Amino acid sequence: MVKNIIDVERLSKSFDISSREPGLKGTIKHFFRRKTKSLKVIKNISFKIKEGEIVGFLGANGAGKTTILKMLCGLIYPSEGTISVSGHLPFRRKDNFLKNITLIMGQKQQLIWDLPPIESFYLNASIYDLDKNEAKRRIRKLSDMLEIDNELYIPVRKLSLGQRMKSELLAALIHEPNILFLDEPTLGLDINAQRNLRKFLQKYNEETNATICLTSHYMKDITSLCKRVICVHNGSISYDGKLDLLLKKLTPVKEILLVCHSEKDVLQIENSGFTVKNKTKNEITIKVKNNSITSSLKTILNNFDIEDLYINEPPIDEIIGKILIKKDYDT
Amino acid sequence: MNLRRYLKVYKKFLHTSLASEFEYKANILIDFITAILSLIGSIFLLSIFFQNNSSIGGWDFEEALIIQGIYTILNGITNTWFNPNLTEIVKHIREGTLDFVLLKPIDSQFFISLKKITPSGFLEIILGFCLLLYCIKINQININLSFLILCFITIICSISILYSLWFFISTTTIWFVKTWNATEVLRSFLYIGRFPLNSFSLSLRIFFSVFIPLAFITSIPSEVFLGLSQLWKILLEVFVSIVFLYSSRKFWLFALKFYSSASS
Repeated sequence: MVKNIIDVERLSKSFDISSREPGLKGTIKHFFRRKTKSLKVIKNISFKIKEGEIVGFLGANGAGKTTILKMLCGLIYPSEGTISVSGHLPFRRKDNFLKNITLIMGQKQQLIWDLPPIESFYLNASIYDLDKNEAKRRIRKLSDMLEIDNELYIPVRKLSLGQRMKSELLAALIHEPNILFLDEPTLGLDINAQRNLRKFLQKYNEETNATICLTSHYMKDITSLCKRVICVHNGSISYDGKLDLLLKKLTPVKEILLVCHSEKDVLQIENSGFTVKNKTKNEITIKVKNNSITSSLKTILNNFDIEDLYINEPPIDEIIGKILIKKDYDT
Repeated sequence: MNLRRYLKVYKKFLHTSLASEFEYKANILIDFITAILSLIGSIFLLSIFFQNNSSIGGWDFEEALIIQGIYTILNGITNTWFNPNLTEIVKHIREGTLDFVLLKPIDSQFFISLKKITPSGFLEIILGFCLLLYCIKINQININLSFLILCFITIICSISILYSLWFFISTTTIWFVKTWNATEVLRSFLYIGRFPLNSFSLSLRIFFSVFIPLAFITSIPSEVFLGLSQLWKILLEVFVSIVFLYSSRKFWLFALKFYSSASS
């Protein structure tokens, strides 16, 4: 049985946030008498993640995804609850724990700006106490996987965003961590760079059985990498389970476009009890529940003379958009 | 703490920061020229003060030059290590890049205090030592082992006090987010350390001994140079530096519990 590598129980986090009124008066008032209020950004959440799983955290901006990742890494102290990552209490940040994890943030970088990435890799290698030959071997292996070569010797400031992100990944993975926390790793990358990065993460997970926790606003990242998603809404978990199931829940019906030979066929289909979305002279679109697709298609093909048919699913972005604003998926 | 590993990492720090600095040759050259001109300017200013007075606060010009020498060494150390690293803490905290430091299996204080160096500060350190050698000659100071040990101890203590003060102020960024001004005030106070402490009024002397211990930073090492220092003063400086180092360390560890990282 695969063991749980991350175990979170009744976790909460509150921050003191200061707010002020607009305008000069508000600024002066804020300077002399700062009003702060405690804001609970994570509310009593619990979940477990198994070794080797790739889990996507979904939620709108400010939902609390990054705060959860940062608590899992040990960067932020939880206000309540317990976290165990690889058997460690993350916020103690013990060396053995830190050697097992990595955090990659799409919007922040650790590479030395004026030097080629290779210098940052060797610096990280010395911090993780790797000898030179071992560091060289790992750099070669990861650069092959990431398909970067000449870029290793060009100053970071002269690299494209995609090349820089690949180098950031290499710097963050040189110690071969078995838990990866990725906070919007494909942010700002073009489509090809995004695809390459996803391909790399998939391969890394397959080869090393590393556990990956990922947040992203690019739905392709989630759909192509994560079988399981945790949806966060206002600091609470609104869904934790398989992505497929969630999509089914959010899209209980599919649309079938039927191309008929004549208007008569269209009218016959319309009168046979299907829910019609729209129709034209020789085309009709009907809505069919996911669990009755096969039987409905059988009925149509046996009873009507159909020229062609198309089964349409709503675009994934549209479905995920619903996730970001929806609070509960069980009802 | 594994010393061998930390030395290896420090060697890498030196290598990467020197390589980064050498990317901009003109900048280094300008920094070198600034360091030389700044020392000439300081000695000129000191000579103006002594133009009509043979001594200020009991120190004559040749003796006051020792303070200038020690100040130049400390300023060199400030520019080489403290300025590029400790001012960066504010940036790390504001932009949330401290996350990367805290997630490395290495002491975070070591990392943020020593990651960068500015090579032009080396020239100031060398110039400061040259000035001290000149002062040893003109003040006819006898060099022996105990003299060298005492000088070494007091200068190390001065560096520790200065570092701790600076680090302490930078750490407060975790709560206040922006504290550039406070470190600038500290640097301004350090300028005062170029002059003998006795040349200030009693109230200022108390202030610079108790609140901002400039007395310990430049005056005590200078007194050691001239053979004027009493043992209790040296022991007090050692004690103060240990207390400051220990407190700054504890304060950093305490402050990290309040680090909330920057939003993404």
